[in-house]
Amino acid sequence: MMQKTKGMAGDIRWERGALQLVGDWTLPHYRLLERKLGKIPANFTRIDFSGLGALDTAGASLLAWRFGEERLKALIEEAPELSSERRALLLAVGAAAGRPTEAVPAPRRTVASLLADIGKCVIDGIKGLGALLNFAGLTLVSLVRVLPHPKRWRLVSLVSHIQQTGLNAVPIVALLTFLVGAVVAFLGATVLAIFGATIYTVDLVAYAFEREFGVLLAAILLAGRTASAFTAQVGSMKVNEEIDALQAQGLDPMEMLVLPRVLALLISLPLLTFVAVASGMVGGAVVAVFSLDISIARYLEIIQTVHIQHFLTGIAKAPVFAFVIAIIGCLEGFKVEGSARSVGDHTTSSVVQSIFMVILLDAIAAMFFMEMKW
Amino acid sequence: MVREEVVISVRNLVNRFGTHAVHEGLNLDVFRGEILGVVGGSGTGKSVLLRSIVGLRRPSAGEVRVFGEDLQTLSHERRSLVERRFGVLFQNGALFSSLTVIENIALPLIEHARMKRPDAEKLAAVKLALAGLPDVAGHKYPSELSGGMVKRASLARALALDPDILFLDEPTAGLDPIGAAAFDHLLLTLRDALTLTVFLVTHDLDTLYTVCDRVAVLSQKKVLVADRLDVVAETDDAWVREYFHGPRGRAALQAKQRIGS
Repeated sequence: MMQKTKGMAGDIRWERGALQLVGDWTLPHYRLLERKLGKIPANFTRIDFSGLGALDTAGASLLAWRFGEERLKALIEEAPELSSERRALLLAVGAAAGRPTEAVPAPRRTVASLLADIGKCVIDGIKGLGALLNFAGLTLVSLVRVLPHPKRWRLVSLVSHIQQTGLNAVPIVALLTFLVGAVVAFLGATVLAIFGATIYTVDLVAYAFEREFGVLLAAILLAGRTASAFTAQVGSMKVNEEIDALQAQGLDPMEMLVLPRVLALLISLPLLTFVAVASGMVGGAVVAVFSLDISIARYLEIIQTVHIQHFLTGIAKAPVFAFVIAIIGCLEGFKVEGSARSVGDHTTSSVVQSIFMVILLDAIAAMFFMEMKW
Repeated sequence: MVREEVVISVRNLVNRFGTHAVHEGLNLDVFRGEILGVVGGSGTGKSVLLRSIVGLRRPSAGEVRVFGEDLQTLSHERRSLVERRFGVLFQNGALFSSLTVIENIALPLIEHARMKRPDAEKLAAVKLALAGLPDVAGHKYPSELSGGMVKRASLARALALDPDILFLDEPTAGLDPIGAAAFDHLLLTLRDALTLTVFLVTHDLDTLYTVCDRVAVLSQKKVLVADRLDVVAETDDAWVREYFHGPRGRAALQAKQRIGS
């Protein structure tokens, strides 16, 4: 009767009105034990634990669910062979497993809830726009407050951000615009050849990059590269309660975190735009020289005839884009709540929003400049 | 208590961060079924020792054997099998923030014990109750919990697979005294019933006096002494004297004696 059954899968034997538990009542045998417990007869008076091998919380939980806390307690009382450690475990698990669990009702999906979701999305969108304008205003106010005090300009932080967002982005911006410049030149050459006006390919590249592509490509790259970085940086600080720590020390997060980033982007993006315009035209020049038989001297000559005004209308948009990208990046960072997942969600959202805003503003600007005949 | 079987053996462990050595020739044995309290001043490498033992940190030199195996030299599968026998409670909880508390606890049950999700979540609810958390907390995300609740949820997750060795990094920090006492009691119950081995990094003197079979003191880059509490407390070392015979140490000792008498 007292044979040790350790190492064997748990089982239940039936002997003279008593249930005999043998083998290991542990997690690896969970499903088997659950099935066996479902089939035991109801008219037993006591449980014999003397043959029990190992017992862990999973096995104890199964017993507790099957018999209930009160019954299990009574059964334990009548089992003198049970060691005090196991008795304590069964009682502890019995109390834990006997607790009634309240079911959480799953949300039901109906047409009304669908409409409600759509409405919520619209209202959230409007609120988000309000928050963005609010934040933009707050940034400007902080800027005005800081400007008269050169000691609070945080030049080290500013320069470091200019390096990260501007200087480090030069290679990728230059490469990308070079390639797009070449593509535009090929496209122009193909279409304009029909009219025998291949030479205007140069004008096409120059106009396109000076007015639109230079600033737009640089801004989109920065929206992907920098808005996401800003959100992740500020968001992780939020999760880590660093923002709260700043505030608790009487330091202004707007001044410490947002202003250096916004100013850095305001300086970086116009410079990157210049790099983008130059690099795009080099791309066009390579195509012009090697595949359209236009000499480099002729190419430069045509470029010079393009009025500086076109370049200015292009680069004038850069500070606006920079401001929008920076504040969206920072604001989304501040919206992060508590978890790694939230950082991811808001980083995605900041990239999508900033690219959307850049393209939207560019479209509005294009119409405006056209009406103004600039 | 029989304490022959060594489950963790650390030999000549060296851990360096750059040129700064945290451990220099550290030796430690942990026996099956004991609760070993690890104490030491801030920066003496208690958490680093824990991370070295569970295999999260490759030691700069020396050997760490758990169940007689060196984790760093095992194949991926064998290592995973050994790691399943660990339960680790990290200092800050380290709950997965994208899962609810119940899902956090059920994850190892589903992944390792191959349980079905409803079964796993039912069992997870028991562990949650054992750790002293209310039922409603199970459906919350970690970011919605208080610090003490995160600790308990994390303990429940560490207990999910009924591990052989439980590693606890400051488990009672951030718990109220009632919760801390309940934690001590739970730890003793589980240890007695499951012959659990517990590696407990703590600063809580009450926990040390109540639950620990042995105490290891980390100092001067080594384990200065590892023995029963009364032996450790008499060690001739300035830090140890300050620690156990300072005002807080005395208070905890008196409390223990009151309960004992």
